[in-house]
Amino acid sequence: MNARIDDWTAGAEAIVYQSCAACGGLQYFRRSFCVACGAQDPVEKYASGAGTVYATSLVRRAATPETRAHIPYNIVLVDTVEGFRMMAHGDNDLSIGDEVTARFVPFAGRLVPYFEKVK
Amino acid sequence: MSFITGVGLTSYGKHEGSSSLDLMSQAAQLAISDAGLKRSEIDGVLCGYSTVSPHIMLATVFAEHFGIRPSYAHAVQVGGATGLAMTMLAHHLVEAGIVKHVLVVGGENRLTGQSRDASILALAQVGHPDYEVPLGPTIPAYYGLVASRYMHEYGVTQEDLAEFAVLMRAHALTHPGAQFHDPITVADVMASKPVAMPLKLLDCCPVSDGGAAFVISRERTGEAGVRVRGCAQAHTHQHITAAPALSELGAEIAIAKAKEAAGVAISDVRYAAVYDSFTITLAMLLEDLGLAGRGEAAAKVRAGHFSRDGAMPLNTHGGLLSYGHCGVGGAMAHLVETQLQMTGRAGQRQVRDASVALLHGDGGVLSSHVSMFLEQVR
Repeated sequence: MNARIDDWTAGAEAIVYQSCAACGGLQYFRRSFCVACGAQDPVEKYASGAGTVYATSLVRRAATPETRAHIPYNIVLVDTVEGFRMMAHGDNDLSIGDEVTARFVPFAGRLVPYFEKVK
Repeated sequence: MSFITGVGLTSYGKHEGSSSLDLMSQAAQLAISDAGLKRSEIDGVLCGYSTVSPHIMLATVFAEHFGIRPSYAHAVQVGGATGLAMTMLAHHLVEAGIVKHVLVVGGENRLTGQSRDASILALAQVGHPDYEVPLGPTIPAYYGLVASRYMHEYGVTQEDLAEFAVLMRAHALTHPGAQFHDPITVADVMASKPVAMPLKLLDCCPVSDGGAAFVISRERTGEAGVRVRGCAQAHTHQHITAAPALSELGAEIAIAKAKEAAGVAISDVRYAAVYDSFTITLAMLLEDLGLAGRGEAAAKVRAGHFSRDGAMPLNTHGGLLSYGHCGVGGAMAHLVETQLQMTGRAGQRQVRDASVALLHGDGGVLSSHVSMFLEQVR
């Protein structure tokens, strides 16, 4: 089993993905096997945080007091330069196709990835 | 062969004091009576789920409550596609000779049984627990993401999406059981409260109480001659983060397989019943299914194509957007309405010709799809 690297889902300021040594497949949701070929122990790698906006939705109505305090917040899907897609937060004025880079911000008691436009 | 021999539907909206089992029982009794059967003749039960009253054995809980002892019973969970998935299973069960009459039932007091926040929160859990849910998305946000991309790729506007809400409301006005009875305009939709952009309140289906049921039988039990001609499913992902490209979504896969199974072409279809949790859902599915060209569904709505008197009447009861959405029962109302149309019993909503109908359900975030063709038999 390859070393597991802490990412934002574990409270670290990092985006981590997995890469399969056997078939080269990439995956974002962590598993103990490659979802493409089934090989065990895909290698964990740090992502650069660079990517392109695929879709956005500015949330104006939230369902919990903790998330409501952050309204409005922009949920975005970003296609990373490494080649996987991820969900995150981002600047409210992001448009599809914008080139973005990630930092990390507090949200509802956790740390979440937040994308802003590359200047 | 399998036939939809009976249907039952409660009004949608508020049913203060009714439990999920009460609403399921009401709809079930209506459907069994409609089929001209006795309760004891029901030998199969398929039910959905209730977010208000979750249970690991809901079908048995229901059967005991309702007072029947089926020889086949279990729950099915495929989100919004549950109703049609149960119908598909019932079709195969009766064709295989396992049972004679399957009661398919869904119902939930989703509006009065819990707070709206609780309902929104429960549904948002279809997101990935580690990689999505901590970001605070809601179901409208998942579909808002899809909408933003679809609008970007196909030049669809917010005004285009609003047309679907207006159409569903216009249809609901003619059904006494619908949750909403006030007409709306495109301007009303555009001015409604933003929820998860580009989706606004009137782009979203409501939370409702209600129940729906039908009986699927091996033989006809009376005059009603509505048979399942063919159906198919497709499941490409669960989470929107893992969804394929817009051009590779499950609706296109399911409809292609259903057309093959049924030996039916889209040009044969005379009535459409399509899942409409949000305006974007309906717009996309109509185009994925081939009922409109890419980016052209809204123009067809404006031209009256999907109206009751149009060439392809669609969700004449008002759909999830305006008849209401009580969970599993929500999209089952589409099938109830289709059966009424195909048996000439839709009253003031009756269309000229519903000889072949196409139904489509979607669960999750365009994750699970069921396409089904029904055919009128004289």
